[in-house]
Amino acid sequence: MTIEFRKKPGIVAYLTAGDPDLATTRDIALAAIDNGADVIELGVAFSDPLADGPVIQRASERAVARGTRLTDVLELAKELRAARPAAGLVLFSYLNPVVRMGMKTFCARAAVAGADGVLLTDMIVEEAGEYLESMREHKLAPVFLAAPTSPDARLKAIAGVSQGFVYAISRVGITGTQQKVAGDASELVGRLRQFTTLPIAVGFGISNAEHVKAVGEFADAAVIGSALVALIETTSPAEAASAVGRFIAGLQA
Amino acid sequence: MNAMTSLPTAVAGRFGAYGGRYVPETLMAALEELEHAYGGAKVDPAFQAELDDLLHNYCGRPTPLYFAKRLTEQCGGAKIYLKREDLLHTGAHKINNALGQGLLARRMGKQRIIAETGAGQHGVATATVCALFGLECVIYMGEEDMRRQELNVYRMRLLGAEVRGVSGGSATLKDAINEAMRDWVTNVRTTYYVLGSALGAHPYPTMVRDFHRVISREAKAQMLEREGRLPTAIIACVGGGSNAIGAFYEFLPDENVQLIGVEAGGRGTALGEHAARFQKVGGGLPGVLQGTYSYVLQDDAGQVSSTHSVSAGLDYASVGPEHAMLHDSGRASYVSCSDDAALRATVTLSRTEGILPALESAHAVAEAIRLAPTMTKSAVLMVNLSGRGDKDMGILARELDLKGA
Repeated sequence: MTIEFRKKPGIVAYLTAGDPDLATTRDIALAAIDNGADVIELGVAFSDPLADGPVIQRASERAVARGTRLTDVLELAKELRAARPAAGLVLFSYLNPVVRMGMKTFCARAAVAGADGVLLTDMIVEEAGEYLESMREHKLAPVFLAAPTSPDARLKAIAGVSQGFVYAISRVGITGTQQKVAGDASELVGRLRQFTTLPIAVGFGISNAEHVKAVGEFADAAVIGSALVALIETTSPAEAASAVGRFIAGLQA
Repeated sequence: MNAMTSLPTAVAGRFGAYGGRYVPETLMAALEELEHAYGGAKVDPAFQAELDDLLHNYCGRPTPLYFAKRLTEQCGGAKIYLKREDLLHTGAHKINNALGQGLLARRMGKQRIIAETGAGQHGVATATVCALFGLECVIYMGEEDMRRQELNVYRMRLLGAEVRGVSGGSATLKDAINEAMRDWVTNVRTTYYVLGSALGAHPYPTMVRDFHRVISREAKAQMLEREGRLPTAIIACVGGGSNAIGAFYEFLPDENVQLIGVEAGGRGTALGEHAARFQKVGGGLPGVLQGTYSYVLQDDAGQVSSTHSVSAGLDYASVGPEHAMLHDSGRASYVSCSDDAALRATVTLSRTEGILPALESAHAVAEAIRLAPTMTKSAVLMVNLSGRGDKDMGILARELDLKGA
């Protein structure tokens, strides 16, 4: 169980856990893995997702309304790990649910569940002392976000503490689909390369095979988020896993 | 329940364990730029001189410290003074901060201003400053708040601002801040975010407090002149906590001056029925919301709870981090006041003094009315009357049955 990208570019699939329900999220994640996703980002729904666009906001609202809790997402991670021992598994959360559980408790439980890494949307490197210590203790990979607005000194710090991969945000803004991959993205990946040999995954607005191909020309992996969440929103729960499977397979065609 | 995490204290902008910066990475460069620009402005005599001039000639500072004689007599105990922030231009203390940040935005060369607003007073203040400086202005406001503070929506539009309604969550202040932050993340290269309370990521809580310090600086001198002594206690309402921190700050070293913050007790103690973050039964615990580590009303899974208050400006699930520190250290105490008590205090102050307080400020007035009779006549209370209540006439007409029989 390590984070590894087998093709170039690899695929990271983001799912809001509990949308439409936890059992369906499990089936969707398995279908995504079986159709070529290297890493599943299992999103913990939060009441105030201020970095997210309308699609993931709606999914978060649905999952919160169903009572999805961080403990449920950890259970789901454990099931996925048992079912697919080789898949990459990253827990993706805003800070508050983790703070509420307790950082040390969270890291210990994430490790027991078999997660490879964690990404906390609103955790910046300067504040990450206790987080990094707990992550190290439990041999979990901290994944940090790098932004087009981050100056080189910040990119160096981000690259220095990240493990598994670095998540490069393709453009300024919130999550959501876009027409084409912004020029910001290749410039950012180029700057990040000075500071790390880790794989670099590009996300925010990556929604089709053309985008994935474009990302492959300068980065190691593409993160698909809102496009998947939107597909799940518009597909019946019974059909969602197969629809996502076909979608993921089509991305690397 | 598991033990709470105490987050690290390595970064600037800490108030004890609280505060810090918990934001998406995209905003970090902008926060660093803001911190740097504010640091420069703070020590620039020309910036301070322009701010002081506008506060005096445009806004009407210093505001009076008024002895509420009839209210004092009716309560029958401590003398009650009112610090009249309600008399400032635009009708509330909010203009102190909006003007300071507006000057800073201009200094930084930003042409587009965004802000959130709850009761609409910060939105009106920001729209006013944008009109004064010729800047583009977008205000985010929860749709529930637009409905109940309709007059302020019209004022903002008249001043040339675009008011964008926010329908997510409970459609109140918290949701407006989320949407303003989404705008800022998207337009960060061109846009200045005028945050309206002592909340959010560093440097906002410090900067907003600094712009409101003038309240306690004036009050201290005025009180010494009038009474020859410092007040026994200072009372201020606390939503995000900007008027309260401004009214408390210069008195922090004066340990014999009690500092009392009044939160919205709403209509009950169950989660969702109030905005009393510090009350033991209320469900408020340390957590991270909208960039800062402070007390947050939340459930046991860390989901932020909805809130209720008759006053839109206090209807918020978290509180400024400096208040969290003052709460834990015991330097300030925080009580709560129900919707009903605030409404009764609005009537009492209107009919004893001819002063109509904002519903937010009425929470502080209610606490003074409760406390004064328990104190001796030699005691002195100062209420920070943070805003006037004209904006609330729709709510008051309904709640107080003012439509005539």
